[in-house]
Amino acid sequence: MTTRLTLALLLLLAAAGPALAVNPDERLADPVLEARARALSKELRCLVCQNESIDDSNADLAHDLRVLVRERLTAGDTNAQVLAYLQARYGNFVLLKPPVDPATWVLWFGPAVALAIGAAVVIQRRRAQPAPPAPLTSEERARVDLLLADDK
Amino acid sequence: MIAELGHFALILALLIAIVQAILPMAGAQLGRRPLMDVAPMAALLQFGAVAIAFGALVHAYVTSDFSLKNVVENSHSLKPLIYKVTGVWGNHEGSMLLWALILTLYGAAVAAFGRNLPPALKARVLSVHGMIGVGFLAFILFTSNPFLRVLPVPPDGQGLNPILQDPGLAFHPPFLYLGYVGFSMAFSFAVAALIEGRVDAAWARWVRPWTLLAWCALTLGICLGSWWAYYELGWGGWWAWDPVENASFMPWLSGTALLHSAIVVEKRDTLKGWTLFLAIVTFSLSLLGTFLVRSGVLSSVHAFAVDPARGAFILALLVIAIGGSLTLFAVRAPALRATGSFAPISRESALVLNNLLLATAALTVFLGTLYPLFLDVIGGDKVSVGSPYYNATFVPLMVPLIVTMAAGPLLTWKRADLAGVLARLRLAFGATVAVAIAMVALTKGHEAVAPFGMALAAWLLVGTLAEFAERIRLFRAPWSVVMNRLVHVPRAAIGMTVAHAGLAVTIAGITIASGWQQEAIQTVKPGGSIALAGDTYRFERVDPVPGPNYSAEEATVTISHDGQVFATVHPSRKTYPLQRMTTTDVAIHTDGLSDKYVVLGDPQPDGGWIFRLYYNPLVPWVWFGAVIMVVGGGLSLSDRRLRIGAPVRRVRRAEAELVA
Amino acid sequence: MSPETSPAPAATQPTNGMGRRLLFLLPVAAFAALVGVFALGLGHDPTALKSAMIDKPAPAFTLPPILEDRPGLARADLGGKPVLVNFFASWCAPCRVEHPTLTGLAASGVPVYGVAYKDKPQDARRFLGDLGNPYQRIGLDLDGRTAIDFGVYGVPETFILDRDGRIRYRYAGALTDSVLKTEILPRLEALSAQ
Repeated sequence: MTTRLTLALLLLLAAAGPALAVNPDERLADPVLEARARALSKELRCLVCQNESIDDSNADLAHDLRVLVRERLTAGDTNAQVLAYLQARYGNFVLLKPPVDPATWVLWFGPAVALAIGAAVVIQRRRAQPAPPAPLTSEERARVDLLLADDK
Repeated sequence: MIAELGHFALILALLIAIVQAILPMAGAQLGRRPLMDVAPMAALLQFGAVAIAFGALVHAYVTSDFSLKNVVENSHSLKPLIYKVTGVWGNHEGSMLLWALILTLYGAAVAAFGRNLPPALKARVLSVHGMIGVGFLAFILFTSNPFLRVLPVPPDGQGLNPILQDPGLAFHPPFLYLGYVGFSMAFSFAVAALIEGRVDAAWARWVRPWTLLAWCALTLGICLGSWWAYYELGWGGWWAWDPVENASFMPWLSGTALLHSAIVVEKRDTLKGWTLFLAIVTFSLSLLGTFLVRSGVLSSVHAFAVDPARGAFILALLVIAIGGSLTLFAVRAPALRATGSFAPISRESALVLNNLLLATAALTVFLGTLYPLFLDVIGGDKVSVGSPYYNATFVPLMVPLIVTMAAGPLLTWKRADLAGVLARLRLAFGATVAVAIAMVALTKGHEAVAPFGMALAAWLLVGTLAEFAERIRLFRAPWSVVMNRLVHVPRAAIGMTVAHAGLAVTIAGITIASGWQQEAIQTVKPGGSIALAGDTYRFERVDPVPGPNYSAEEATVTISHDGQVFATVHPSRKTYPLQRMTTTDVAIHTDGLSDKYVVLGDPQPDGGWIFRLYYNPLVPWVWFGAVIMVVGGGLSLSDRRLRIGAPVRRVRRAEAELVA
Repeated sequence: MSPETSPAPAATQPTNGMGRRLLFLLPVAAFAALVGVFALGLGHDPTALKSAMIDKPAPAFTLPPILEDRPGLARADLGGKPVLVNFFASWCAPCRVEHPTLTGLAASGVPVYGVAYKDKPQDARRFLGDLGNPYQRIGLDLDGRTAIDFGVYGVPETFILDRDGRIRYRYAGALTDSVLKTEILPRLEALSAQ
């Protein structure tokens, strides 16, 4: 409950400013590094806000993390090292793209498995049905006519 | 006094809903016509009662009746009239009342227009609809009553969250609910069909218009919400895969699947169980969305105030509605027999593939939205699922879907000639390759996503238009024949062509807007300029502007190209003293092909202001395409065969046209 | 969702009837599981976060003092005995709420160290001057970097460190007497007894 209070207050503070995320003074002179920083920022969660990346957030902590990301990049870290650095401190929660591990297998592979099973069921079902009968157009037409008679 | 009248009407509506839920169903089971005939009357009365309640709440808001707790908490006497009205549904209680109003409106529509429905089916449908009404009216009365009084009466209200005081948001919920709640019709028809044990082409033909109507409204609702987020939140984006956005997107995906599978039931008398399942799932996802947004189990930027008691009530409703209908489905659906069968290459196979991909897409969004909660409650790790996940899982599913979309309509029912269809898609192939090459040349080979996305859009657009050209024998028959065919193309076919073309436009918009956005973030002093995407943005000045319930600072920025000023825009910051909040009003200059998006930030000690500029190419097409899709849906809805309640006498002729 | 794709006509495969029935029951089972998750989720605070730093050694840092009579705080000061490290700020309202609790705890002899998070030294001094100072050592984390190294996402947050300087527990939000009783004190006792 108190945590929620803290967050509510933090959110209030965050909301006090206009929705500006990246500030001019944060940006790196080197466009390549800056582009990498922006890309990384989009993969990192603003921890105090909900479901926002630090790139989109104007929260104080998001600002600090953006500066930190840029410092690490300037110091020569690879993208993976920057992500690992923050992951070590904030856990997987900070990553907007959850790592693939046993706990997230259902998340990552669930859709593909479901698609495969669905396709298998459809194919199996088609095999199970008799060969398409000869054109039934006239019978079907009769059936449609019957239904139409019902409608009236 | 009027508030009491509203409160009373709401209680009355609940009682009517209970009658509507019980008597017609009993009548249908027992074969008693008088009991069945209670249904339409009850549905109309229920709508009338809820309308009175809603009107009473609107009255309380408009007259600033601060003796109502709900008005105190969400309104203010100084608020502009339009936001007093829209403030009615800008909060939990009022929005639930709007939900109930729309729900009963649909019920009343069935009662009024459903004259050609078999009486037993109509009675069961309205009875199921009444049950949903009972659930939601009870929810409002017992946990979210907007008519509660407050003593002593405060002198003024607490106001509405300033970012909600916006025309885009004002009309977003009504459309969203028209969509969400509209799927309750398909649900009621599905449950009624399961009880009757009968699903046939006629059933599908009754369900389709309701689904189509709901789909159009939901598309428009999502579109408005996304547009609102784009211009109001000031981050230059239009979709964030936020749980609340996903909550509306899941029913859209499964509703789209339902729209297509119902065609298969209608034309081929197969896929019945699956279609019933989709009808149940689509409305279930709408209910789920309501639960997610209002229970606090998920955290989101848009979530309503959190109340576990309400969450528990909605969860109980979910268990009854979804659990009940799925159980009914498990018991009754296996007995449904399909009569149709089909070859792998056929229109229905394409639609099955469409359903498979859309269902998987809905599952992907479902997993992404709920997985953090799932892991959390089983004691696992805390994870975040953001757009990188959806880009990796959802987007790839859309590719085969779009590829199929162009070819599907060209395939004939039962058994199609693939070689012939591919031959007829020559033009689309050509366009796809040409667009891909042009895009690769334009990006000098540095990009893969934009050429791929644009090639897909070209494939869909040209393929869709080629199908239409084929249908009217364009360039293949004399003009008189073409004109004659054009006049006689069923509206449903025109609607499909338009809707599919609209999606192509949206895809083009999404591809270019997300790939080629440019931004500039700089501090400039008045008189200074920023260059972005070939244009020069000159910051002229900042003026204070007083407002009714806020004070604003408004900047004047001129945008010029090659020294020619072509636009003057006024981004501003509004400070609402009551809420102690500052909001930004983004200034957007659009020419239909691109947006120049200007955000005014904080003033700096040196006299400069932070500016955030975006060049958003083709972003208007994202919504433009969605509106075209809605127009397509509307055209299809206006088809005589589908028009709600219209007797389907001319179907034979239209049918012949379609088959031809 | 996909397994239910089959509304298949069982007519031609009567042997498959049982499997088919099970297929139709699958959605019900999946929904029941979902309801279970939701029921658990209703009593759950979606904003509560477990620290990723538990059982890891405290990060390296050296923070300057802000009060003349209290030394600053560095990694080297941690260890030897179990201590509480509290991140606070004068601009943070919940920090004011938890301050009496913290003062009471310090008075009972528990070593409490403070980190002033992104605070101006004069503001922090005024804050402690007004409300009293429970901290044996206070470091000033002006740029918030030490807080990030601790995995702090908002003040106030309180960490329990063992005699090896390892982080054993983190509480996010304002401490209350009941939190002290149920979460903090038992852990401190257990660590002291080791």
